[in-house]
Amino acid sequence: MAITYEQGLAFVQGFAAAIAENKEYLTQLDSEIGDADHGTNMNRGMQAVLPKVGSLEGADLSQLFKTTAMTLISTVGGASGPLYGTLFLGLGTAVTGKTALSTEDWSQALDAAVQAVRARGKAEPGDKTMIDALQPAADSLREAAQDGATLEAALAACEQAAEQGMQATIPLVARKGRASYLGERSAGHQDPGATSSWLLVRAARQAITAET
Amino acid sequence: MKKLINRVEDVVKEELEGIVAAHSDLVRVHFAPNYVVRADAPVSGKTALVSGGGSGHEPMHGGFVGMGMLDAACPGEVFTSPTPDQILEATKAVSGGAGVLHIVKNYTGDILNFEMAADLAKADDIEVEAVVINDDVAVQDSLYTAGRRGVGTTVLAEKICGAAAEAHGSLKDVAELCRRVNANGRSMGMALTSCTVPAAGKPTFDLGEQEMEIGIGIHGEPGRERRALASADEVVEMLTRPIVEDLPFKRGDSVLAFVNSMGGTPLIELYIVYRALSRYLDGVGVKIGRKLIGPYITSLEMAGCSITLLRLDDEMTRLWDAPVNTPGLRWGV
Repeated sequence: MAITYEQGLAFVQGFAAAIAENKEYLTQLDSEIGDADHGTNMNRGMQAVLPKVGSLEGADLSQLFKTTAMTLISTVGGASGPLYGTLFLGLGTAVTGKTALSTEDWSQALDAAVQAVRARGKAEPGDKTMIDALQPAADSLREAAQDGATLEAALAACEQAAEQGMQATIPLVARKGRASYLGERSAGHQDPGATSSWLLVRAARQAITAET
Repeated sequence: MKKLINRVEDVVKEELEGIVAAHSDLVRVHFAPNYVVRADAPVSGKTALVSGGGSGHEPMHGGFVGMGMLDAACPGEVFTSPTPDQILEATKAVSGGAGVLHIVKNYTGDILNFEMAADLAKADDIEVEAVVINDDVAVQDSLYTAGRRGVGTTVLAEKICGAAAEAHGSLKDVAELCRRVNANGRSMGMALTSCTVPAAGKPTFDLGEQEMEIGIGIHGEPGRERRALASADEVVEMLTRPIVEDLPFKRGDSVLAFVNSMGGTPLIELYIVYRALSRYLDGVGVKIGRKLIGPYITSLEMAGCSITLLRLDDEMTRLWDAPVNTPGLRWGV
């Protein structure tokens, strides 16, 4: 099976719903080690994305993700706007010209997107950022694709890796972003960016496997 | 937390509407995307200065737009960086053909959004230079963090560089001056209470009645350490010693001493802080050449203060004294 445009749209909409549902939780996490706006900002952005992607006519997956990217870049602000914008721009660029995505296509797109986010934010795994959820997710998806796993199994592995990566940020000392100013005091808190990234990966799995 | 607002979603928009209602002789405001420009923008042949950042630090930056200071300010949501499209539009609106200087405080979001905007402006054939302000000595281990934050020196850099641009300084020269101001400025802040982001509705952090946070940032992000509440004189020493030792400021230096309120601390307390600061500097042989006292780079209603010292040279002193006419700073006019 392959990922269709409808599933891509359901993924973006599902991510918006997950952000709305977890808005206060993300802001709470951010108030512990940041500046208490991650949930609010991401929700403002994804709520602006919904009508934009809802009114796309005859668009392909690439246009869908690029529209999401440009809307996030112009509405979110903070670091999350350019970083999530870059993530979706990376997905959109990687799937150019494709009408349906194989497990391998999706893996390559996620790889490209995560690389782009790392280049923009200059964060490495272990810095206590969204990369700590995204990089393991991309790695496990790639391994599953190489092992010939079904799309469902690959996406499940991807989601699990993101969740573990997110949980693994708890003991870390932040080295990037606002939490880094806390030094040792940032340890013991789950990173809000890694948390929203896990929601993104989970939304992809839910949207793509829902109708199978 | 009680706030004198209407709807949480409208806080920034309505603030900007208030600014233009009050100061239409000095500034114009553009909405969607939001930015403030000086009333006579673009000034042909003048290096334009653009700054911006999250709202909640008023009067910075919107209150510093006008003759002798900024050409444009881009206010983001409260404590949230402005977006690249917003910065790009502001840059275009004030570009007078002599290039545009972006003065950026060192925060991950501000850097990312201003970088994207500068890339877009360059694609439109506007020459852009960016100078990053990173003067907060509270951030110690800068190799393993996002680096020192941009705080009080930002206000001084905007005034001094604004005067240089008004006197027809080239983009290259004004950018160089801005780097020099940053290199000679050091700050540190402290909080007695947290602030409450309107959209969050509750305090960003909890601070007990007998506690204070030393090394606080301007977004309520916790600082260097939490300690038992101390007297004003003791607090001034906790803030000033790391500042003086960091540059280091030396016997015989002339400085601009900037005592800033985080928003909730009244002028009566700022003068008690200034009294202790002037005594401390006197003790180490540093002369106060110029001073600024008041709420200029705030953190909503947070109680607390910051101290900034800028080592002055003759050019900086002359530019500091030059006329300025903005909603937030005004002299010589």
